[in-house]
Amino acid sequence: MTAPIIDIRDVSKRYDDGPPALAGLTLSVEKGEALAVLGPSGSGKSTLLNMIAGLDRPTEGSVTVAGARVDRMSETASARFRRERIGMVFQFFNLLDDLTVLDNVLIPAQLSGVGRAEARDRAAELLDNLDIARHARAYPGRLSGGERQRVAVARALMNRPALLLADEPTGALDSASGAEVRELLAELNADGQTILLVTHDLALAGSCATRTIELVDGRIARDEHAVAR
Amino acid sequence: MSALGKVVRAGVGRRRVQSLVMVLTTMMAVTASVMATALVVASQAPFDHTFAKQHGAQLAAAFDSGRASREQVAATAHAHGVTAASGPFLLLSLAVRPQPPEGMPAPPVDPVLSLAGRAQAAGPVDDLTVVSGHWPTGPGQIVVTDGWGPPDVLGSTLHLPGVQGDPALTVVGTARSATSTADAWVTPAQAAALTRPGSTPSYQMLYRFGTAGSTAAMTANRAAVSAAAPAGSLQGSQSYLVVRAAAVRQTATFVPFVVALGVLGLVMSVLIIGIVVSGAVSAGTRRIGILKSVGFTPLQVARAYVGQALIPASVGTVLGIVLGNLAAVPLLAQAEGAYQSGTLAVAGWIDVAVPAAVLALVVASALVPALRAGRLRTVEALAIGRTPQVGRGRWAARLAGRLPLPRAFSMGLAGPFARPARSAMIAAAIVFGAVGVTFAYGLGASLNGVQRGLNLDMPGQVGVDPFPSQAGAPGGKPAAPSRLADPAAVARVIAEQPGTKGYFSSVFTDVHFLGVSDAVTAVAYRGDSSWGAYQMVSGRWFTRPGEAVVGHRFLQATGTHVGDWTTLDGDGRSTRVRIVGEALTTGDGGMRVLTDAGTLERAGISVRTATFSIELKPGTDRDRYVAALNKALDPVGASARASQGQISATVVAIDAITAFLTLMLVLVAGLGVLNTVVLDTRERVHDLGVLKALGMAPRQTVGMVITSVAGIGALAGLVGVPLGIALHDVIVPRMGDAAGTRIPPVDMAVYHAPQLVPLAFGGLLIAVLGALLPATWAARTRTATALRTE
Repeated sequence: MTAPIIDIRDVSKRYDDGPPALAGLTLSVEKGEALAVLGPSGSGKSTLLNMIAGLDRPTEGSVTVAGARVDRMSETASARFRRERIGMVFQFFNLLDDLTVLDNVLIPAQLSGVGRAEARDRAAELLDNLDIARHARAYPGRLSGGERQRVAVARALMNRPALLLADEPTGALDSASGAEVRELLAELNADGQTILLVTHDLALAGSCATRTIELVDGRIARDEHAVAR
Repeated sequence: MSALGKVVRAGVGRRRVQSLVMVLTTMMAVTASVMATALVVASQAPFDHTFAKQHGAQLAAAFDSGRASREQVAATAHAHGVTAASGPFLLLSLAVRPQPPEGMPAPPVDPVLSLAGRAQAAGPVDDLTVVSGHWPTGPGQIVVTDGWGPPDVLGSTLHLPGVQGDPALTVVGTARSATSTADAWVTPAQAAALTRPGSTPSYQMLYRFGTAGSTAAMTANRAAVSAAAPAGSLQGSQSYLVVRAAAVRQTATFVPFVVALGVLGLVMSVLIIGIVVSGAVSAGTRRIGILKSVGFTPLQVARAYVGQALIPASVGTVLGIVLGNLAAVPLLAQAEGAYQSGTLAVAGWIDVAVPAAVLALVVASALVPALRAGRLRTVEALAIGRTPQVGRGRWAARLAGRLPLPRAFSMGLAGPFARPARSAMIAAAIVFGAVGVTFAYGLGASLNGVQRGLNLDMPGQVGVDPFPSQAGAPGGKPAAPSRLADPAAVARVIAEQPGTKGYFSSVFTDVHFLGVSDAVTAVAYRGDSSWGAYQMVSGRWFTRPGEAVVGHRFLQATGTHVGDWTTLDGDGRSTRVRIVGEALTTGDGGMRVLTDAGTLERAGISVRTATFSIELKPGTDRDRYVAALNKALDPVGASARASQGQISATVVAIDAITAFLTLMLVLVAGLGVLNTVVLDTRERVHDLGVLKALGMAPRQTVGMVITSVAGIGALAGLVGVPLGIALHDVIVPRMGDAAGTRIPPVDMAVYHAPQLVPLAFGGLLIAVLGALLPATWAARTRTATALRTE
């Protein structure tokens, strides 16, 4: 049996004197899974995502992702780790408005020092696969929400990450665009991409997640595997 | 507290870094402005200012006490035209012997001081400035004129060997007179006690007149004073116009570079305040949108932002005034020494005008963007937010992306094009900084070159005087040499001394040239003097009798040029002399002629004695050589000494002032960069968060932020260097002109590749240093926090 891609043990996170954002949470995610994290606002979903991405550190416990203890990494090591092993998709796309679609998608490869030709080939392949190749020279401001989120996904996949993290990927989209993104994520997972997505969107969880957990007050209140998708 | 007050307080308190930068920037700008303005103001006719402040003596007259009584001299205060007078003061001329420093021989000749007996420094005319110590209060005390004697003259003892009993006076203070009415002052009783029995001392009277603006008026005034005194009692007098002419020449050397650096400082201060304040307001556009959405009117928004800018700017201004006044003290002290003027201080109006101008500038800089933001539609203001308008600088981003550079750097390079106006202003500030540094380097290098050139007055590593050493004189009291050594005998000893590579003799003497009314100083050389030649402005060094090299003023005074002939009038004979070169010399006001001793002999002027200059063979130990040579010279009555270059007080003052003002320029430019990067980082913090989430490492973040100003810095450096060189090429010749010389090409050509390369990187360095701190902050910002920031 292979090691889980995400192994979180007894993780707690406290901010100041308030109640803990995460309270002794333990979670294991296998390679190839598509895990949807559900829960009301303030339940700790985003905190959990930040821990896995190495953007935040737990107060207690350990976070191991793709075999590496991200909770012990320095800023530089965690940046390198994110660059090589993790892709991130955000609710509000977080594209750089002054760069073209192609340049946005190229950034992770360029930060990693991937060769120019290799990076451009990979970007072209992704843009083509995600059906946004015609927008390569456009600026993100001219695209629809769904198209922008496709660009964000292409950027996240640029370095072939072991894990794709998505934070409310349909939260800022209309229903048609939301459906597009749901379909895209399901296809990616079907191709073997491990995905962890944080969402309020039950339709998204239902359509592309192989497993769903619900957080309440920083704890896992429910953990269900989908029978079939 | 009103809603407006709360908004202002929150705006200042919440943005601590930005407020701190604004405090620091206004503080540095005000400090630089106060210093620069004070120096520029002090450089405008410092003699006239000091003269007016001290009620300087327009005429200093000396009366023979044998022909006029004290009362008769005092009565001249009522002469026609006199409006104020001080005196009579007993005036003595006495030789003094300063206590030599430990282990050093006494000077061969006792200097003679004009010594006045004055009860107090203050008076209706010639109100003396006590620079250090205090005025004499009793016997045994003396105050000397500032700049006389060694730096530690205060507290030292002066012996008066010519007065019975060899009395000693303690220097209790130094003072400055606008027209140098005396070299030293004692109490009236002390002056009387120092008067030699049987001698007839002078009485000094100092006057001011109703009309004294011209030489003719002063001639009439002198005649009126003379007429009011017993016939023949007026021994001599000095008009302030003569002193003024010399002072104006001295000041003129400083004015060009002080004004250049001062104006640079002022322009930079204006630029930086504009950048900082308008940038701070522009960065708050989204907040302005929020304020408008809750009901603030455009005018209230403008008032809030002007208030927000004024609070830190006022704190900075107050600190800057204090710092500027403190920092101006040593700077003006240098200028005092250089201008030989009375105490210079920051004029009161500067402390009012500079803060008023700076705060007005702050209001104007804040008002324009605040009104513009206030007039924006609320949704627009909210939408514009922190990030620059989308679309600006895209072409730059595209181009930079194609450069074969790491992506973090190419993104940084494109950054400035998103805010072109701000980038242009910061580029201008760095250009001024680079101009200042380049000019300061060139000025220093040229002046040091000139100083080396002027030191060729005394070339060679060893000098030989035609008299025995004074160091070991019996009883420690040096005696004047009774006879001078024979030059031929001295030359033989030097030639035979192992280690001698070359030598020549030279002697200074007054000569007359046809068409020049005053005597001209000639330096007569014997032997091969080419290795000790002065720096040449044009032409060449003389090679034979009948050729001469001259100073610039000589050419001006005689209307001659290099290549012309002139006539040397000698002892009943004259000889034609060909001018073969113009040399760098400020000695004798540039009225100096350098020639072979044979030239003077052709005119019947005999050169009997001389000082020798010796060049040593490489590897020769100078101290051992001097010791051995002294032993060999002892029988012929001459003595050797190690030559030491002199350092001009003027050059030291210029170097100090230049270094100080340049440092201010660089600091202000650096602060401007720091502020710009702080604003940019704040505005782009969300983008930074995205990039960090995508895997941009802290080092890459630092690289990107630094590159965002490094390009501007490098470009500004490349623009600033030629401008600085151009400024140098304009200012330095003017300074030379004021000092009575042209600057030799070798001293003007001070910018070579080894200097130009680091100078060109100066702008880059200012930019990198200014950006380093905010770049580190950007790298340390938590990614999750940055992503949450709207």
